[in-house]
Amino acid sequence: MLAQSGRPAPGGEPGSAAWLQGLIDALVDLSSRDALTGLANRRSFELALAREVDRVARSGEPALLLVLDVDHFKRVNDTHGHAAGDQVLRAVATALLDSVRPMDLVARVGGEEFAIILPNCPEPFGATVAERVRRRVERAPVLAGAGGTPIEVTISIGGAFAPQWVRSTPALWIERADQQLYRAKAKGRNLVQLETGAVSLVSSEERQALFDTTFGFEDHDD
Amino acid sequence: MTEASARRSRILAVTSGKGGVGKTFVAANLAAALARLGERVLVLDADLGLANLDVVLNLFPKITLHDVFTGRHSLDDAILPAPGGFSVLLAGSGMVEYSRMTPEVREQLQKVIDEVAPRYDRVLLDTGAGISDVVLYTVSLADDVLIVATPEPTSLTDAYATIKVLATTQGRREVQLLVNQTRRPGEGRNVRAQLQQVLDRYVVPTLDGSLRLNLLGEVPADAAVREAVQRRQLLLESMPGALAAQAVMAVATRLLAADEA
Repeated sequence: MLAQSGRPAPGGEPGSAAWLQGLIDALVDLSSRDALTGLANRRSFELALAREVDRVARSGEPALLLVLDVDHFKRVNDTHGHAAGDQVLRAVATALLDSVRPMDLVARVGGEEFAIILPNCPEPFGATVAERVRRRVERAPVLAGAGGTPIEVTISIGGAFAPQWVRSTPALWIERADQQLYRAKAKGRNLVQLETGAVSLVSSEERQALFDTTFGFEDHDD
Repeated sequence: MTEASARRSRILAVTSGKGGVGKTFVAANLAAALARLGERVLVLDADLGLANLDVVLNLFPKITLHDVFTGRHSLDDAILPAPGGFSVLLAGSGMVEYSRMTPEVREQLQKVIDEVAPRYDRVLLDTGAGISDVVLYTVSLADDVLIVATPEPTSLTDAYATIKVLATTQGRREVQLLVNQTRRPGEGRNVRAQLQQVLDRYVVPTLDGSLRLNLLGEVPADAAVREAVQRRQLLLESMPGALAAQAVMAVATRLLAADEA
């Protein structure tokens, strides 16, 4: 199985403890990845999302979920063939990985559907990253097959922030992001749509004023 | 009865920016205090996603708001008497699916509130923590809103954010404040003053009109509270002489006086 997926055999004497551990580690890694793109697969995405929901409810840190879909992917397959389709998916995967932080999780969750979990992601940052991802894919046409026909690839992105301090469910979070993706598609594709709401409401200046005891202390409680 | 019973009941949303500041404790004990002062009170567990009023009151109902929403049971079946002499309508588990405010949930909640409101002098909405769309919608159904905060920095910041959102998106011009777990007398006044100053400076200029934060009272940090919560009893029932219990009684009295004014 490992050889088939192009991975090295585990080191050590076959049958030894180290060899077995290496084999187990490699198989665990293999089972959490998508075979075509090497990204996290749906199963590890769902696990990571559940962990993030839990973390956000406890820490109150902002987190963003992006769901991404290759625009008109069926047309790519129909026009250029499935091999080209696979090439497009790999290229998109690379573009996504290149546009996010190491701590973010990029996953392929379905045929031409991807998702990115961005922990500790304030709203303005989330909008910037999503836009960067969209542009990065748009700017890099995929060269398909031997002829090297360039294929214009674009993606639509929907995103939703986890409700801070609130224990929601992974399913609801995905649904909210999906709704935004649907909006992006309906508005003409190659677009980012983020759910508004969960805005960081308090500027650092206000925050400072809240704890500045010299800010004024006479009580107007009349 | 007084004029109050002829009037439509007052709906008070009890909320907090941050979780874990004693919001549900306040809602339950305030309801008991108001009942003691002669009001017919209903507490509606509006924390649809993560309800714990049932735990605080040690009630484990078979029929909940969920069953009312799905039409399996009538509203009357779901309203229960609580230990403190008031009524409760509990969300129960299985409400996780309502942690997002769909138009259907909105309609259901509105319908339930419209139906119970005429039967009580006061309805308390125990909302979820945070500033989610569910919380904002629930608060929008209330006549008054009570923010529960502690003097802790994170709680203060989140209380400030909540007040700001309510003022800018719902046009609230008066917000009630209860400062919980105070460490020394007068701390509640300081917290109110500080919040009011910062609101006046950063929020009021964006509004047309003023914004008044009204301190309903402060409840001191009191070991009796923890004890009552752990025993799943209302503080007002189990230790009515405790400092925190007396403070909640004072809040109830002030609330009634504010209505008269």
